[in-house]
Amino acid sequence: MSNEAAFQPVTETSHDVHLDEPEVHPHHDTFITKYIFSQDHKMISKQFLITGMTWAIIGGLMSVLFRLQLGYPEAHFQVLEDLLGSKWAKGGQIQPEFYYALITMHGTILVFFVLTGGLSGTFANFLIPLQCGARDMASPFLNMLSYWFFLAASIVMLSSLFIASGPASGGWTSYVPLSALADASEGSRAGMDFWIISMALFVVSSLLGGLNYITTILNLRTKGMSMTRLPLTIWAILFTAILGVLSFPVLLSGLILLLFDRHGGTSFYLSDIFLTETGKALPNEGGSAILYQHLFWFLGHPEVYIIILPAMGLVSEVMAVNSRKPIFGYMAMVGSLFAITILAFLVWAHHMFVTGLNPLLGSVFVLLTLLIAVPSAIKVFNWLTTLWRGNIRFTPAMLFAIGFVSTFISGGLTGIFLGNSTLDIHLHDTYFVVAHFHIVMGVSGILGMFAGIYHWFPKMYGRFMNPVLGYIHFWITLAGAYLIFWPMHYEGLAGMPRRYLDYRSWLSFNQFGDLNRFISTVAMIVFAVQLLFVFNFIYSIFKGRRVMTRNPWGSTTLEWTAPIRPGHGNWPGEIPEVHRWPYDYAKDGREFIPQTEPVGSNESEH
Amino acid sequence: MSTFFLLLILLLGFLITFQIAKASEYVGVLKGEKKNFEQNNKVNGFLMVVFLVLGLIGVYWCNELFRGKILGESASVHGEEIDTMMYITIGVTGVVFVITQILLFWFAFKYQYSDKRKAEYFPHNNKLEVIWTVVPAIFLTVLVGFGLFYWFRITGEAPADANQVEVTGKQFGWIFRYPGKDHVFGKKYYQNINDGANNQLGLIWDDPYSHDDVVTGDMYIEVNKPVKLIINSRDVIHDVGLAYFRQKMDAVPGTPTTMWFIPKFTTEEMKKKTGNEQFDYEISCDQMCGRGHYTMRGVIKVVTHEQYVLWLAGQKSNYDQVMTGKAPPGGATVDSTKATTMIR
Repeated sequence: MSNEAAFQPVTETSHDVHLDEPEVHPHHDTFITKYIFSQDHKMISKQFLITGMTWAIIGGLMSVLFRLQLGYPEAHFQVLEDLLGSKWAKGGQIQPEFYYALITMHGTILVFFVLTGGLSGTFANFLIPLQCGARDMASPFLNMLSYWFFLAASIVMLSSLFIASGPASGGWTSYVPLSALADASEGSRAGMDFWIISMALFVVSSLLGGLNYITTILNLRTKGMSMTRLPLTIWAILFTAILGVLSFPVLLSGLILLLFDRHGGTSFYLSDIFLTETGKALPNEGGSAILYQHLFWFLGHPEVYIIILPAMGLVSEVMAVNSRKPIFGYMAMVGSLFAITILAFLVWAHHMFVTGLNPLLGSVFVLLTLLIAVPSAIKVFNWLTTLWRGNIRFTPAMLFAIGFVSTFISGGLTGIFLGNSTLDIHLHDTYFVVAHFHIVMGVSGILGMFAGIYHWFPKMYGRFMNPVLGYIHFWITLAGAYLIFWPMHYEGLAGMPRRYLDYRSWLSFNQFGDLNRFISTVAMIVFAVQLLFVFNFIYSIFKGRRVMTRNPWGSTTLEWTAPIRPGHGNWPGEIPEVHRWPYDYAKDGREFIPQTEPVGSNESEH
Repeated sequence: MSTFFLLLILLLGFLITFQIAKASEYVGVLKGEKKNFEQNNKVNGFLMVVFLVLGLIGVYWCNELFRGKILGESASVHGEEIDTMMYITIGVTGVVFVITQILLFWFAFKYQYSDKRKAEYFPHNNKLEVIWTVVPAIFLTVLVGFGLFYWFRITGEAPADANQVEVTGKQFGWIFRYPGKDHVFGKKYYQNINDGANNQLGLIWDDPYSHDDVVTGDMYIEVNKPVKLIINSRDVIHDVGLAYFRQKMDAVPGTPTTMWFIPKFTTEEMKKKTGNEQFDYEISCDQMCGRGHYTMRGVIKVVTHEQYVLWLAGQKSNYDQVMTGKAPPGGATVDSTKATTMIR
């Protein structure tokens, strides 16, 4: 990293550099206990990160495949038939079942396995002990189980791609009755069972992790680390974990009922169904298909905050460090995280405005949904003010943090359209929705994650990632994301429905052929650039420039007081004591004051 | 073969990019950390402004390109209200979008690292924070107010004189039912459904109200007259999406839903307005329903009162079709010109 804090002479004086510090617990690790069944939170975090990145590549590749179909619905790509077989890509064209399987898996993988498991799993595990000042998580063993359940869920989901009837294909939401009836869709056969089992394992993983995160944050903070001295990353992760612990069980219960309906002959969700495929009426009566949607979205909506809150936390931290300035409105940032967490539980039915929901109930959800815009606006303005009169270093992490704010604004504003039930009537399930959630949740979430990876990579691996590749990665990703998703809003305004694989036979929606081709091209370029990032990541683990100082970014928080490559236990000797909040940058004419430094007698109040 | 070359080019591109990046890292070390950092910072700071300017131009250009392709004027009265609401929201959010994006990238550019500047210690300011809590709250209250006003008008009870059409989704098509002269839909039960016996909806023939119910594969509605749709599904969840009318409602098995609107233009008028002789109002299924989801198209013909009455009069009821035994299967479609010759 070339822009290492070379311009901070203060850094070196406050912390001596010991490259040869002894390990804290010199227990003998074998390869297996160190890299595989590790109970060290740092290793578990890396396991989550690398599993998440693997998933991101798979999920991204799927989007390339279906963008190929959307951009070139008439073309025959022989290579697809050669690779995927004639069932999925007959004549080199993606078949409808395969298309729906692809979008379903793309959604499930990116939402749960990358942006929940990959994002929270990585940074909660890595940062909680290091930033709170703990030797490890409250329960390292449960923490290890959390990863292994995640991996088990991953393996089940991955294997569902290879079964004869294909993976689940009812959308990532798996709405019933489509997902309940094997005769209604091929993907609702064994693939759906795999999906449910995998999600159940995922929920277990998420609960084990979440409980651990909450316990550790509440109980294992070092001396002096009061809650209001926690970095915003930790606050964000705390609220994320609370959201997950309270909402994932509801999803699980919904899926168990679905399992009963599928195999137990129950009628929780099923009623009045006649299947054209078999020419038979089903015996089920009295169930409610809408009940499933309530149960699903009771997790499903908090889930988007489970994705975005950690990203917000990472961005707040990265932004303060690289603006060399305190985060503006710390308490307001915590308060708005709290408000978002509460509101996250009270808005789920805004996904259901056109299901026949009682209009009065709908209006309550409109009000609560648009209320979320207030804490979101506070956060945006606070980030902007953090930049104001800063002294900004554009490290790759900082670039991604700025990109995050940009996409969060763009996607957040379109949420005001969709949260307003009147507009949702027209925009529901169109490309407007696709554009909205990709920008505000997908792109913002992943940009936040990149910010975190670039920023904490030196702490994780003791080396820097190549910054120039980081700049290229950032600019192409940000520009590409806008080029892909901005024009999609127009398709949505035209009422163009999502989840269609070919629009040519539609008079109302066939005017966007060129645009779809353009979007597909950009999507492939952006995907290729992500591979560049992956390459940079792996290369830098082994060959990156070495970190030579403990605190390369000139940061105040505790993780940078630990050795460059901390052993299991993080700090040799005593855990450092904390004397101040984590954002004393530019105070009293000093570049930064670490949290471990006692408050001076003539220091100004903040 | 071309795929192979494409991958090869991609790989080469990767290698070159990587080598350049690697080289620039070494050059940076040679030049000195600080100088290299300052140069990179300047480049990225400059790119912030470039991105902002190109981005805003792009937003404008994108609008020029596509604003003519988003269906134009609404074809229903409710749709006009939705469009008004849309413009209000675009106005408010558009202003916020432009201001905040400009501030973001401008601040990033303006306050980029400089040897001479010291960052300002500015941790909080209650007045500012109150302002940007209250101002968005006021704007949102206005948006919620307008939104709910229109929402209740659109989702309120249909006028008593509205025509009624029952719409039933199935994998992968639409079935329409008209109540006939008695204006009452006959009872139905899904266990009675029998496609082979031409009873697609499971009508109960013992119920005399069902005898004049007309079941068709095409939907005709009257212009300038409220129409209420009673929406059902035979199997999985579908959705009646009417882009030109700006309407949408799920079709849920076991739970009927409703929607009403007033069409403003006949299909013929729309052909002239859009300059497209092929024009038809389409029903698109907007809720994923299986492999044929993307083909689940229905057509609505909006006609004048006279044409509507004539068309309806020309339709043979489902009961009559079944009882005469030799009926064309599946509710034959009869267009309005032929309807005059067919007297029931």
